[in-house]
Amino acid sequence: MAITTAQSPFRIDPLTGMRIDLKAQALVKINAVLAVVFLLVGGAAGLLVALTRWPAVHLLPADLFYMALTAHGVVALMVWIIFFEMAVIYFCASTVLSCRLATPGWAWVQVVLMTVGAAITAVAILQGNSSVMMTSYVPMDAAPHFYLGLILFAVGALIGCFVFLGTLVIAKEEQTYKGSLPLTVYGCLIAVIIAIFTIASGAIILIPTFLWSLGLIESIDPMMYRVIWWAFGHSSQQINVTAHITIWYTVASLAFGAKPMSEKVSRTAFLLYILFLQLGSVHHLLSDPGMSSAYKIFNTSYMMYMAVLASMIHGLTVPGAIEVAQRRNGYNNGLFEWLRKCPWGNPVFACTILSIIIFGFIGGITGVTMSVEQVNMIIHNTIYVPGHFHGTVAGGTTLAFMGLTYYLIPVLFQRELILPWLAKIQPWLFGIGIAVFGVALMGAGTLGVPRRHHDMTFAGQALSFEWPGMAYMMMAVGEIGGVVSVVGGAAFCVIVVGSILVGKKVPADAKCIVAPHADRNADKHIGMGGFEAPGTFVLALTLFVCLVLYYFINFKYLATVWTLA
Amino acid sequence: MSEMKANETKKPLTVLQRILDDQNFMLMLGLVMPTVFYTLWGVMEVATIPIAP
Ligand code: HEM
Ligand SMILES: [Cu+2]
Repeated sequence: MAITTAQSPFRIDPLTGMRIDLKAQALVKINAVLAVVFLLVGGAAGLLVALTRWPAVHLLPADLFYMALTAHGVVALMVWIIFFEMAVIYFCASTVLSCRLATPGWAWVQVVLMTVGAAITAVAILQGNSSVMMTSYVPMDAAPHFYLGLILFAVGALIGCFVFLGTLVIAKEEQTYKGSLPLTVYGCLIAVIIAIFTIASGAIILIPTFLWSLGLIESIDPMMYRVIWWAFGHSSQQINVTAHITIWYTVASLAFGAKPMSEKVSRTAFLLYILFLQLGSVHHLLSDPGMSSAYKIFNTSYMMYMAVLASMIHGLTVPGAIEVAQRRNGYNNGLFEWLRKCPWGNPVFACTILSIIIFGFIGGITGVTMSVEQVNMIIHNTIYVPGHFHGTVAGGTTLAFMGLTYYLIPVLFQRELILPWLAKIQPWLFGIGIAVFGVALMGAGTLGVPRRHHDMTFAGQALSFEWPGMAYMMMAVGEIGGVVSVVGGAAFCVIVVGSILVGKKVPADAKCIVAPHADRNADKHIGMGGFEAPGTFVLALTLFVCLVLYYFINFKYLATVWTLA
Repeated sequence: MSEMKANETKKPLTVLQRILDDQNFMLMLGLVMPTVFYTLWGVMEVATIPIAP
């Protein structure tokens, strides 16, 4: 099937009709496979952490717990996600634009540097003297190669970003697209821009910290470290958000033939991300002394709300576009027929819709609320924080990435999924598990249970504390949800690796799986009461009401914590 | 130039659309905004904390 042009060999994929550059395909595949392997490692560490924080099990001793927690944070958050993001940006730049990838040689340097870097850091963590958590706050010190590995990994990722930008230049020169970039590639561009700021910030803080660990620099100011580290730590979450939102758009268009309700509105929302999203990094410093309220409130409230507005726009337009497409395709009855008739058993769709719901209702609502300086004081450094961010980074980003993987296996690896029954329930296991985990941990955190803590009973400590029984129960329920999600994550890894190794080959004459444009029915009258997407409108209002209620409840709770007697 | 011609036949692009399409300008905005409002402002705040005597 491979055809060679003057520039680069490529093939036409039967399932999607896409013209796939073979060099890009190899790079997308290797990045995706490495990502999944690391997800397995990160998930295993997550299981150990969860089984330790489940009070009745309390599996690991303290030193191993902090080692596992460091491994889990670094591997799940940084390594799995960023490897997968490299796969996404290469895929979008080359395949969506039908363009050859710029400098594939450099892209291989990216793969090697990131792999070697991740391995070095992993070894440092396993050697046991680098249990400093993924934030590696000074003056806690890790072994020098802990930082060195992270630096190599980041340099690799930066090279990947430039390969992406270079590919855009080639696509423009060779005119593989007309007018503006397609929205999915545009979303990747936004993610890459955020990534460049992120990686630069990471370098600015990690290189001196590396030198300090070698004894070449005398000291690093802990407060300064926190400010710059979070320019890296928070912004990297914004890369994830941008990447998974881009995947939402991609899946909506591939699976439903849906077109964004308004390209311009979606792109403007991305502009708001560029302008305001990273300023939210200050929410990690809300309880830090030494930073003024002006700095905190300007960035986390006023400016950040502009970015929240953008997220709400994306959260409205993706389901809205799906609704419009479904209605045009004939599911136009009542408010929610379009939703009932969605392919719930298809793992690509199930992952995507669960990602939208969990990110919005669990990660989003709580994130906005906890970014308020006053409310932050109730939950700062409690297990509420992991409860919240598993809603974003596991329920939102990881699930969206899983959905795209299910799509890419037949397209790029040209294999059918093995164990289709398992693939059908896998998104639900992972999604519902993480949702229970997140909500229960937030409950426990509201009662004050600390995060990053080996033993909430404080057994044998000078100071003790009597938790209400509810706190223990919430931790147990949450960690049971965590175990369920690990089962879902493991199922994902089995399906992916198994399909790649032993899945049935997709025949060369396979039927196209891309949904035809729903636009072909554009003349049909759809919707209700003047709205094209009334169901989505109702769902968005529901989200908004939940947000307002939740916001109010938290201030009410704050008032009871701070009695003015 | 050829780009201009292609556009002239259609509707002229709005300012917003031109900003959105300008990758270098977007990159510049994405670097300057957080550097100024988050990093520089934050670093200034830490740097101006008086040292204990
Ligand atoms: C597979 C299911 C997962 C389970 C059961 C799980 C469980 C946990 C637990 C119990 C903690 C410790 C909370 C504490 O004591 O402070 C934790 C922390 C964390 N998890 Fe997960 N997790 C899972 C998936 C993920 C994923 C997919 C990601 C990232 C994409 C992730 C990122 C993190 C991070 C960044 C931390 C914080 C580490 C730190 O405080 O340094 N987790 N997780
Ligand atoms: Cu953050």
